[in-house]
Amino acid sequence: MLISTGIPTKEDLGRVMPPVQRLAKGPVAMAECFQKIPCNPCAASCPVNAIHIGEDINECPTIDFDLCTGCGTCLTKCPGLAIFIIDESRGDTTALVRLPFEYLPLPEAGQYAMCLDRAGKELGWFKVARVIRGNSRNLTHTICVEVPRELSMEVRNIREGSYRNG
Amino acid sequence: MIQDAEILVVGGGPAGLCAAQAAAETGAKVLVLERDYAPGGQLVKQTHKFFGSEKQRAGERGFQIGEDLLKEIGTNTRIRIMTETTVLGCYEDGVITALRGNKHLKFRPKRLIITTGAAEKFLAFPGNDLPGVYGAGAVQTLMNVAGVKPAERVLMVGSGNIGLIVSYQLKQAGVEIAAIVEAAPRIGGYLVHASKIRRAGIPIMTGWTVKQVLGDGQVEGAVICQLDDKFQRIPETERKVECDVICLAVGLTPLTELCWQAGCEMKFVRELSGHVPVVNDNLETTRSGIYAAGDVTGIEEASSAMVEGRVAGYAAAESLGHSPEIAAQRREEAIGDLRQLRAGPTGGKINAGIEKMKREGGAVHVNLYRYSH
Repeated sequence: MLISTGIPTKEDLGRVMPPVQRLAKGPVAMAECFQKIPCNPCAASCPVNAIHIGEDINECPTIDFDLCTGCGTCLTKCPGLAIFIIDESRGDTTALVRLPFEYLPLPEAGQYAMCLDRAGKELGWFKVARVIRGNSRNLTHTICVEVPRELSMEVRNIREGSYRNG
Repeated sequence: MIQDAEILVVGGGPAGLCAAQAAAETGAKVLVLERDYAPGGQLVKQTHKFFGSEKQRAGERGFQIGEDLLKEIGTNTRIRIMTETTVLGCYEDGVITALRGNKHLKFRPKRLIITTGAAEKFLAFPGNDLPGVYGAGAVQTLMNVAGVKPAERVLMVGSGNIGLIVSYQLKQAGVEIAAIVEAAPRIGGYLVHASKIRRAGIPIMTGWTVKQVLGDGQVEGAVICQLDDKFQRIPETERKVECDVICLAVGLTPLTELCWQAGCEMKFVRELSGHVPVVNDNLETTRSGIYAAGDVTGIEEASSAMVEGRVAGYAAAESLGHSPEIAAQRREEAIGDLRQLRAGPTGGKINAGIEKMKREGGAVHVNLYRYSH
């Protein structure tokens, strides 16, 4: 149970996961935000108004996956670091998972990082495709990892400092 | 010599700074007394992004909000902040005394806004006086203000937002977290914070507590044990945890000495985490001209403390006749913002507490003047 462990269940995730057809089309956001708390920067920051929270800022966000372009603006704005961008449109057996990251050191693109699931369990060394540094004001970095497609809904973190070349 | 002041704010944290800003905005002159060497209160230690809406600067980090507020205030000639100034007393004739260095200062303000914040609660267990048992606030100060790594391996006690956030910040600083133990069966803080640290490999153990500290002269570890649904220890569930610091994040309680001393009507409200002054919608206490805002009126998030500060600041300025229409309109707006922040399930407890606070009866009234020597 999320409330006693901090780990969302399959049912929790099922409610916020983009549909398979949409995932195959290109990058799309997934907000792992399951609790009503007063917060709305994701909706306020979305450049295409794909995230809806509404008048009551305590509502959980809902994402219009057809409008969402997977740009990742919300990912860097979310105070809970709960938004991920998933891209399963690469046409091979890999998927890209873009995740918010606030630890140092940062990996370099091309390196391999130890990827972790929602419980912090090791899933394996996967390639860092891209590192986008947060600017001086928004210090949240984003890391893009290339993972086997079957792990696109599992990989949600990398272990800081566990990086290697090849 | 007694110095006159139009509005005196006690405490330069988020509520106090916002109160000063609001009051000055409408034309009042404000003096803020802060006991620390720099204003900002707890904001200076908050390296995580705040929740709320854009109006409450959501998405910005606490320390950035503090810096921005101070920058805005710095350009306002109607606000003066005196740091390293500890308010000592509030007297029947309205005189406020304070200590600055070795100087005893006296002020006679027309309006007083008490924004003294909160104090950390402690927990009783054998060995809790050993060096290495810290409050979460001290750990944050060491780490985020002084730049000192406070530990190698920490056992965090409490999974409220402070326990979760400080664990995250410790991990960012390169400190290992053995576990977070939480006596309740549920995580107390925001679940997005919990998920964020869970996926970093930090276990959150609900239904567990610290039983005793291990170590000779300093913390070398702890014994934790499981609790049943009545918070009683379950025999033979003890486990040893290696750690050099035990960090207590077991809640806060309003810092209300001044309110008591001022003779404000006080009530014990569990939902607001202790004794709180009875206040009206404008956050004026039962002593006319004395307002209270922020954690001193009940423990809540900093975003609410800032909005409460604005409510009290506008109300105080309005009562002195400063741009009363604008002040009233902005005060109403801020009250609306508070309502919005508290509209969800997390605000439910606060709303229930406020209702209890406003209900007839149950007030404790101690006139401390009689006991002064």
